[in-house]
Amino acid sequence: MIAEIGHFALILGLVLALVQALVPWWGLRANNPLLVRLTERVAIAQFGFIFFSFLALTYLFVVSDFSVAVVVQNSHTTKPLMYKIAGVWGNHEGSMLLWVLILALFGAFLARRGSKMRAGLRIRALGIQGMIGFAFILFLVFTSNPFARIFPAPLDGLGLNPLLQDPGLVFHPPFLYLGYVGLSTAFSLAAAGLLEGKIDRIWARHIRPWVLSAWCFLTFGIGLGSWWAYHELGWGGWWFWDPVENASFMPWLFATALFHSLRVVEKREALKSWTVLLAILAFSFSLIGTFLVRSGILTSVHAFAVDPTRGVFLLVLLTLAIGGALALFGYRAPKLKPLGSFSPVSRESGIMINNLFIISACLTVFLGTFYPLFVDALTGNKISVGAPYFNITFLPIMIPALVLLGAVVRLPWKKGSLKQVLYELRFALISALVIGALVAWFFWADSVVAIGGVVLGAWIAGGTLTDLAKRIRLKGSPIKDVLSRAVRLPGAFLGMAIAHLGVAVIVLAITGVSFWRVETIGMMDIGDQLHAGNLTLKLDKAFLGSEENYDLLQGDFTIWDGTEVVAAVVVQKRFYPVRGTETTEAGIHSTFWGDYYVTMGPQAEDGKLAVHFFRNPLMPWMWFGAILLVIGGMVAMIGGHKPSSKAKESKAS
Amino acid sequence: MKRLGFYLPIAIFAGVVIYLAVGLTLDPHKLPSTLIDKPAPEFDLPPIEGFEQGLSSQDLKGEVSLINIWGSWCVSCIIEHPVLMEIKKNNIVPIYGIDWKDPPGEGAVWLKKEGNPYTLIGDDAAGRVAIDFGVTGAPETFIIDKEGRIRYKYIGPITPEVWNEIIFPVVEELRK
Repeated sequence: MIAEIGHFALILGLVLALVQALVPWWGLRANNPLLVRLTERVAIAQFGFIFFSFLALTYLFVVSDFSVAVVVQNSHTTKPLMYKIAGVWGNHEGSMLLWVLILALFGAFLARRGSKMRAGLRIRALGIQGMIGFAFILFLVFTSNPFARIFPAPLDGLGLNPLLQDPGLVFHPPFLYLGYVGLSTAFSLAAAGLLEGKIDRIWARHIRPWVLSAWCFLTFGIGLGSWWAYHELGWGGWWFWDPVENASFMPWLFATALFHSLRVVEKREALKSWTVLLAILAFSFSLIGTFLVRSGILTSVHAFAVDPTRGVFLLVLLTLAIGGALALFGYRAPKLKPLGSFSPVSRESGIMINNLFIISACLTVFLGTFYPLFVDALTGNKISVGAPYFNITFLPIMIPALVLLGAVVRLPWKKGSLKQVLYELRFALISALVIGALVAWFFWADSVVAIGGVVLGAWIAGGTLTDLAKRIRLKGSPIKDVLSRAVRLPGAFLGMAIAHLGVAVIVLAITGVSFWRVETIGMMDIGDQLHAGNLTLKLDKAFLGSEENYDLLQGDFTIWDGTEVVAAVVVQKRFYPVRGTETTEAGIHSTFWGDYYVTMGPQAEDGKLAVHFFRNPLMPWMWFGAILLVIGGMVAMIGGHKPSSKAKESKAS
Repeated sequence: MKRLGFYLPIAIFAGVVIYLAVGLTLDPHKLPSTLIDKPAPEFDLPPIEGFEQGLSSQDLKGEVSLINIWGSWCVSCIIEHPVLMEIKKNNIVPIYGIDWKDPPGEGAVWLKKEGNPYTLIGDDAAGRVAIDFGVTGAPETFIIDKEGRIRYKYIGPITPEVWNEIIFPVVEELRK
């Protein structure tokens, strides 16, 4: 019964989405405020029904109702409650329901919170949001009904893919979707702005918090995914350039470029059509990512079950949504005239150039992700593009962007002088070089690139800190004034500084873990030792055990640095009988300077264990840097800036 | 001319759509198996409980046949089961079953309840033979030619469409 009620609520949501997609245009035409109010109410009600539908599906998972097909395929009675709930979005149908739920959530927010926004912009954006919602709920209802029954109902389910039974992964998809789907508001507002014919400073101010919130969620979601891969996949790595990872990374890059160029629109009313294009493309890449995962066009750890009708349906959706927006762009963008002009050496140019680097880097990711498919389409050969491709194309493009980042923060708007900026940043530059030299002296890693990475990270941090120091006039003022200036720093600036420090920390982490990693592999019996550099790994104990929903093989290890014990770690291989699959729980001991990481393979015939031992320097910095990015984004979003008198004027008009 | 530049994004996007559409027509089910066109791995499996005869690679020679990997625990196997029963009833092609990772006795109980579409069944409780075949999940079906070579591998349940459009044509082709 609950399944039918949930299904019905979903269909009501579909009808309301259709109303939301149609009424605004009529309302604008008739200039009827009642219709505008109606649109808002409908957007909120639509969210209510979809939320109810989502709760119904969650209930079915919690009570293990095995007459519902998705529950059978993704749940099991012996599973802990948390993973029963996570099972809701651990499959195509349920995660698609989560997708439309989040879409409706953003729509409802736009309806409720957007009242400060120019009415013409908001109402058009709501209409477009309604169209997207209608299309995706239609997709859900017709090709992926999560409430479909199965007859006869089996006694027990197949269980959730054990790889997904990890706390990191319980929250990874919801955050990723909040980011992916959150970009829909940027898309809707961009299209609405084009329709309205007003892409200006106020538009930029309106769209900014939506972009930033989506970006924060996306950053957090990607970070969680990477953290999960590091802990659960047991390969010792944190990023694998898997097509689906790339699918989440591309919208992230676009969103990053977007809120930087939004700053230019906001401050200088320039780069308008470029910014609008970025807003459209950011969500377009989210849609392409959705297509990639759900159409069955590729197989991956992340890919859902294959069904060609879904693929065709999604491709049509994708074509209409992206094609429509880009056609609108082609028609309306030429009419957008920039107000301000700027010289080649200015903050605007710096942001523009950085944008171009980011987007070019994104295109290399796009090519690498789609090239295998392209080759298959043309020649029928199956090839795969791996990490080496991405490392030699993506990184060299990102490096100049990062070098620029350290300096652009000090460049003034409109017109600046390179000499002046370099002079201001002399301390940052010198300290970065000194740090690089010190690292090279004490920890030479046989690679100039490694030292370059250290210098780069220190340079970004130095540039950011210099900028901060200049803003609060650290030098030559009484400490009280400095502090009061620090407290009154605008959120947009403070957020930027925090996020840029996060970038610096991540650059250092990547450098550390890529160039100073130590690893070794060996077959171990109880009491055996394995050596890597100064480090010694000893297997103390190995035994079999069993838990609520899996059996396990556990190894207890001790790690020495020289003669000193630095850590004791526990590694588990878990075997999940319901699905017949295995996972590895890597044994990780984190310290400020890095991780000790132990993972093991299956037991050999003679009882020995295949053990892989890593020392991953600076690895925890990666997670710390990602958290700084999210905090920076949040600070910039919340502490934005008060609407200027200009904004008030135009609202009144 | 400058105006046309603004239509560049949609032009590129049109190209991407065409290419995705072509990509969609490719069947990812047709995973390249390293075993395709190679002789089936040598094996000799014991019978499952309640059956007299097991299954060995010698049984595969002389006639085109299917090897179907299944288990009583496998829900998707119920989906393809009616199709397999139909094949058996009409005597179209012999199906050899490999009962994969089943607890003792469960396979036989399942067959008794649902019906037995298999000519011969081998018990692969440890999953060793499935590893040799490169099985990634159940159900999975291999088409074996007269010489005992693997000629095709299908992953997932055999629906009537899959049977009519993919598997049966291959079987017909191999019989020539």
